Order: sequence, then C-alpha cells, then structure tokens
Amino acid sequence: MTARIQVPASARRGEVIEIRIAIQHPMETGFRLDDSGRAAPKNVVNALVCRYNGVEVFRAEMGSGVAANPFLSFFTVAEASGELVFDWVDDQGQTGSERAALTVKG
Amino acid sequence: MTQKTLCGGLLAVALALICVAGHAQNAAKPQPLKSGLEFTGPEVRDLQRDDFANPGMLWVTRGEKLWQESAGAAGKSCAACHGDAKTSMRGVTARYPQFDAARAGLINIEGRIQQCRERRQQAEPFKYESAELLGLTAYVGQQSRGMPASVTIDAQMRGRLEAGRDLYYRRMGQMNLSCAQCHQDNWGKKLGPETISQGHSVAYPIYRLEWQTMGSLHRRFRSCQSGVRAELSPQGAPEFLDLELYLAWREGGLPIETPGVRR
Repeated sequence: MTARIQVPASARRGEVIEIRIAIQHPMETGFRLDDSGRAAPKNVVNALVCRYNGVEVFRAEMGSGVAANPFLSFFTVAEASGELVFDWVDDQGQTGSERAALTVKG
Repeated sequence: MTQKTLCGGLLAVALALICVAGHAQNAAKPQPLKSGLEFTGPEVRDLQRDDFANPGMLWVTRGEKLWQESAGAAGKSCAACHGDAKTSMRGVTARYPQFDAARAGLINIEGRIQQCRERRQQAEPFKYESAELLGLTAYVGQQSRGMPASVTIDAQMRGRLEAGRDLYYRRMGQMNLSCAQCHQDNWGKKLGPETISQGHSVAYPIYRLEWQTMGSLHRRFRSCQSGVRAELSPQGAPEFLDLELYLAWREGGLPIETPGVRR
C-alpha cells in the first residue's frame, strides 16, 4: 500500500505541529456490486496508529463511511527529534507501515 | 440598382464569406482556451493545488518508486536508461502523442511505457488501467507540469489528426451526439448540475472523485461514449489515439496539470 506522510521539515521544542497522512486504499464499503452483480466484500482500513518515538500519539478507527484513499491530519507537540511510525490494517488483514523523521531544535 | 451599389453589395458578400471562412477555422479551437479546472468548484481546485492533499499524488509516488525498480528479464529499471525523471522526462508529456515508426502509428505515453517494458526491460506489459501504469504515466506527466501542451504534427501524423477531428465531429450512440456538440459548441453551459467543460486532456491521468480513483484519458473517453450510449472502444484503441492527438492539437498552449483532480 502506497502512503504519503507530511511532517514539518523542522520544529521548535514545544511547538504544535500538524502531521498528515494519505493512504492509497479502495475503502470498499461492502454495499457495492461488482461488474457481474456480486456484492463486493467490505474492505476498509479499519485501524491506524501513529507512534512518536514509541509513544502512541494518534489512533483512528475507520468504517465504510470513509472515502477511498483516506487522508487524515492531526496535531501533536514536538518534544524530541525522532521518528513517527504509522501502522495500519484493513479488513483483509493487509498491513501497511510508513515512517517519517522529525527534527526538533532547542 | 446602380453598378456602384451592385459592386458594393458583391464586396460585402465577399467580405462576409471571408469572415465565415475565417470563423470556421477559429471555431476548431474554443476561444479562449480554458482548463477543466475553471469549470469545477473551489474545493476541487484547492484539492488539486495542494500537492499533499491531491489524491493523485499517491499514484505519482507509486510511479516514482516504480521508476527506480528493476523489472523483467533485462533486470533494468526506468532510471537505468533514463536517469532522473525530473530532467529526462521534463516536457515529454507536453509533446505526446507522437508518431512511432515501429508500430507505424500513433503512440501515447502509456503506449511508450509499455513499449519500454516489453522491449527494454523484457517484462510483461501492465494492464492499461492498472495502478502501475497510471502511476508511471502520472509520474512522467508531472514532470511537464506548467509547460504548455505543444504537440508537433508532422507529415505522417496529418492523416491521424484529420481522423481524430472527424471522430470529434461525428455523431454517435443512441443520443446521436458528437464530442463537439457538448465541448465545442456548448461549453460553459449546464448539463444537469454540471458545467460543460471544453474537454481538454492536459490534466490526465486524473483523480476523479466520481471514480474514487485515478483514471486514464481513455477511461474518460469511454465514460463519454457510455454517456451518449455508443459502443465502447477498448483503452488504447487506434481511434482513441487519433482523438487524443486531436485534443492535444486543440488544447495547444494550455499548461499541463498532471495529476489533475476532477469531479
């Protein structure tokens, strides 16, 4: 699964920063029929977690109401230089992971 | 009627004919040329302009990774021959489609990628509407962003351009509509809730909100064929390449927007 993460190039210690993530996923609702008329099974990214230097800072539970290719954004406080690690899983059990480095000054 | 007024009358008729002929030539291109972005709402425009929020960028990212990956029996990546796409692919999409001697016909960016895959990488070609081919097409297209569409029509392509123009003005399907009846004669007016665009191809492949995914120009052609209840041509069909060439000529000068976002 392709994903893109956006974090500020650098931040001051204590600064509130925006983190954004976009994941390529069809987010199949389970309510649609395929070309031959069979119901397409529900398959959405149902859980996503972000850990900042090992500490969970954001968690999302998603359902069939979220559009394809979900785009999430949240705010956190820059405390120390390190890594933001995102992990997610969909209904078929496929997992994805993506990381981004953050430099904190001061 | 005196001879003088008769002469004046003839002159007026002649002038009118010249004006009509001149108008017919200009009529082939909408005046002024407007990107499809101008016919969408502010939300769609913002989505396209934000390089992170633009969902098409996911496909571009995919394409960027594929560009570096070795594939096929030759074990070569795109980068192995073409190097950094940011310089080697700059302006390429703006010049397509082109005439390809090997297939003695037109070739678009998708076709060229497939040709490279088969001949240089000795790999299986991608499916036309696959995420991989859309990704590479979008990645290559993005390198021309902001550059004016500037296809060159050489002697070999003139016939294809004529064929594309014929198709553009040919009525088709149960609705008996041609491309021109909407996108040439009635752009800017309403079709249900939608404003009819001029139908340019500069933003393709596009992320279409209705599709909830990225799609090729040929997928869009098929949507229009389906809309007028005509028989659908397959993606990559020669008549679609003719049409693609005609659109590239018609939109000449408009900046490339790939990856575009549309409703």
